[in-house]
Amino acid sequence: MRKYASVFRIALADRLVYRGDFFLSTFLHFVPIITTILLWDAIFKGSGRETLGDLGYKEMVSYYLLVMIARVFGSMPRLASGIGTDVREGGLRKYLLQPIDFVGYLLAWRVAHKLIFMMMAIVPYTIVFWVCRDYLPDWPGITTFLLYVVSLSFSFLLGFSINCLIGMFSFWFLEVASFLHLFMTVQYFLSGHMFPLSLLPDGVRDVIVWLPFAYETYYPTTIFLKQLPAGEALRIIAVQATWVGLIWVGIRLAWSRGVRRYAAFGG
Amino acid sequence: MSVIEVSGLEKVYRVHEKREGLLGSVRALFRRKYKTVRAVDGIDFAIEPGEMVGFLGPNGAGKTTTLKMLSGLIFPTAGEVTVLGFTPWERKDAYRRQFALLMGQKNQLWWDLPAAESFRLHQEIYEIDEQQFQNVRGELTELLQVADLVDQPVRELSLGERMKMELIAALLHSPKILLLDEPTIGLDVVAQTNIRECLRDYNKRNQITMLLTSHYMQDIEALCDRVMIINRGKMVLDGPLSDVVDRYATHKVVTLRFQDGQIPRGLEHYGDIVEHAPPMVKLRMDRETVATEASRLLSEHAVSDFTVEDPPIEETVSRIFAESGHEQAEVPVAAS
Repeated sequence: MRKYASVFRIALADRLVYRGDFFLSTFLHFVPIITTILLWDAIFKGSGRETLGDLGYKEMVSYYLLVMIARVFGSMPRLASGIGTDVREGGLRKYLLQPIDFVGYLLAWRVAHKLIFMMMAIVPYTIVFWVCRDYLPDWPGITTFLLYVVSLSFSFLLGFSINCLIGMFSFWFLEVASFLHLFMTVQYFLSGHMFPLSLLPDGVRDVIVWLPFAYETYYPTTIFLKQLPAGEALRIIAVQATWVGLIWVGIRLAWSRGVRRYAAFGG
Repeated sequence: MSVIEVSGLEKVYRVHEKREGLLGSVRALFRRKYKTVRAVDGIDFAIEPGEMVGFLGPNGAGKTTTLKMLSGLIFPTAGEVTVLGFTPWERKDAYRRQFALLMGQKNQLWWDLPAAESFRLHQEIYEIDEQQFQNVRGELTELLQVADLVDQPVRELSLGERMKMELIAALLHSPKILLLDEPTIGLDVVAQTNIRECLRDYNKRNQITMLLTSHYMQDIEALCDRVMIINRGKMVLDGPLSDVVDRYATHKVVTLRFQDGQIPRGLEHYGDIVEHAPPMVKLRMDRETVATEASRLLSEHAVSDFTVEDPPIEETVSRIFAESGHEQAEVPVAAS
């Protein structure tokens, strides 16, 4: 365990080298949300309706604000493509030579990066949420809030596992860039990042509940937004945990087979 | 007991063969052609503790592939390898803590951080105790004269300095076996000498076993008593460095200096003239007859100075490469 703590520490130091870049990219996160808010404003006015699906205009805006929070936890930029690069360009060699587990290494590294990101992002997020305070849902109470935080932690683990598993594909297909692009688009749509999944027809939603993606963003967000009762929140967390467990098994299988393949064709 | 034992080691790669151009790419989508490449073709050797062995061969001879199999990065197609009693490709932590592979063209250090940070990480990964860590780090940074550079980000270091840091990182856990693939490639002469001396010194003090490949014969001459030459995946020669010359050099280089400053005619009867710089001349003479021919020459001409040397080892080695390559050119490469 100590070695992963050490990876965590060194990744922190590494990430801080580029803090300027980090700051800028955090601000850039907020550009799309402004256009999204304006878009929904126009849609609501144009339709002349008070609610769309199960959300009013105010809730729609707060949905997008909360999705941003969930994305802070669940998004894994360059995780899958990074594994691809390591496999293709031989960076993987280092983890095979040293007495360390590659996936454990990636996880420790990612936790460090997320923490740095949160530390950096706290200022701009506070400003944006303060500006948008009228749109935010009421305080849901401490229990719901804590369940929301737990659920967000699982969003992190789920995002990590899914992207890690996708990254393992690079053992079989040397160039995964376009596949990744396709996958990211599907994920963007099915996780509820694009729009609330409650707007989708029932048939589609019946399928989506059987996929892990909605548990990365949409369901954790509804815990806060809809102030779900504890039982319902716990059910969401349980599904998240199950997915994490299943995908983790997949990662282990893919890794052991992938390394065998890697060892057979090059190294 | 040998620390490295290799028998019947083979590695066959299956590589995808694509025809040139767009049409070839489209065709490859439907029907792929593969050819098999025998990178390592049945080699055997054993290395004893504390030995420093030079591993020579032209590009593509199978040196790096062999090192990769010894370090567990790739599986062999056939054959057995035991290193320190372990099978490398099982990649047991107990094995991984006891060896290091240093590749001259690959790096393991964190690019944006000072080497000192990467050393710390290695300490944790390899579970090195603090006292040993401090000792080895201190000893090596001093030996390589980089003690004042460990706190600078690695990206700011020169290639030579970076390579020294890589070497320190590779030795921090005091491996029993060090595999080196072109450790001095691209370095200037001073850095090369530095690294060479450090390796020799380290070997003397710690009885570490080393197997190294290099394109610089000076590396091999300075470090290795024993060489293994492979070509096209087969072992061509395995023995003391002096054997290379004794067994394969066909001639000697004789340098003559003439008393009157004039170089007499007719020297080409004794051997090929390789350098003509009056009053000095260099002749290449047949190894078998050099003694009799040289004494005849000395009795016929007034010579003020006279030396007989072996030809440069590079020359002999490249001849071995060329000859062994030629012999095996007839062996067909299997296609499927």
